[in-house]
Amino acid sequence: MRLILALLIALGLSSPVHADEHELWPEVPKATGEPHPEGNEYWRKNHPTLLLHDRDLALREGDRDIQASLGTCFTCHAVTDEATGEPVTIEDPRNFCRVCHDFAAVQVDCFTCHRSTPPEDPALRAMATPDEPNSIAAYLERLQAMEAEQEAAQTEAGQ
Amino acid sequence: MTNRAELTRRDVLKSGAALATITLAPGVTLMTFGGSDAEASAADAGKRWGLLIDAGKCDENCSDCVTACKTENKWAPQNEHATVENSSQWIRKVTLKDKNTGRKVSAPVMCQHCESPPCVDVCPTGASMKRADGIVLVDKHICIGCRYCMMACPFKARSFVHENVTDQSVNAPRGKGVVESCTLCVHRIDRGRIPACVEACEATGNSAILFGDLADPESPISKALEQYPSIALRADLELNPGVRYQNL
Repeated sequence: MRLILALLIALGLSSPVHADEHELWPEVPKATGEPHPEGNEYWRKNHPTLLLHDRDLALREGDRDIQASLGTCFTCHAVTDEATGEPVTIEDPRNFCRVCHDFAAVQVDCFTCHRSTPPEDPALRAMATPDEPNSIAAYLERLQAMEAEQEAAQTEAGQ
Repeated sequence: MTNRAELTRRDVLKSGAALATITLAPGVTLMTFGGSDAEASAADAGKRWGLLIDAGKCDENCSDCVTACKTENKWAPQNEHATVENSSQWIRKVTLKDKNTGRKVSAPVMCQHCESPPCVDVCPTGASMKRADGIVLVDKHICIGCRYCMMACPFKARSFVHENVTDQSVNAPRGKGVVESCTLCVHRIDRGRIPACVEACEATGNSAILFGDLADPESPISKALEQYPSIALRADLELNPGVRYQNL
């Protein structure tokens, strides 16, 4: 009798009727940074369209001031491996994209070419300021200084 | 950050602000959208980026520009099957020797960013393209890997990726099955930085690569081209490349 009772309780606990939402749906990894002003539902539904739209802006028009880029996604939506402390790549099922895409069985080919972890140097994704030595402004200034130097040397040699 | 969910047709029209209407002829008008704000962050059609490579200043034994390109765009190291024939080469050092005089001269060769690029002419999908500012790129999203452009390029500037790639740079996505080439470090130019090869060459002290805007007559590169003799590689093809050479 006691055994049957224990069996019943065990069955009751594992019954799918009591399963909460987390067991049915993938658990989307928590992100860092500012939330999307449009809300998560909007992005869940529309991210393919937004990514396709903005990639053409960036590549074909050279407009880097875009919202939907994979680099920007992973800046906030990276899943860090606790053992290594490194963000996980698309090879790992815990990767932000894979969590839902595996669940929905939708394969994406973004990552045959694109990096699936945050940008290596986020500072280089911002506009350069003239005081950075590799900025075009600083480079042109150096060229100008060099030209002035050469001219001065020439006039000196002429005298 | 704008809320794209609430963006309506009306908003798009309003944000265009400068809805320019140009009258071409009585009854024929040309309307263009987009204010200066939208165009400021995009490739500027008023510019044409180019390089002037002074072979006289280029050291035969130096390949810092190639190394810098590899580091920046992560096209090396490649897989173990890579040979000279099938490996990716965005930029390579070429050394020329005059058999009669024995004079040796060395210079880097990369995509020449032609004004009339043969690679764009032959592309069946429109993946091979030229930006408004003269930079020639491959849109890998629509490239089908047919390699016509590789055949068409007189400079052998394009490569095909034969095997899977991992750990790409966020700025230079590249993968199996598509063609790739020098992008003139477009990701750097768009954010106001000079290409990696130019930076590396300057760091060696040789400063053999001069970078600038060919469309601006006052830019150092335009002045140098005006003052000193220079050549375009395969000038007979009249492609008007954005990369020019001196003392070759």
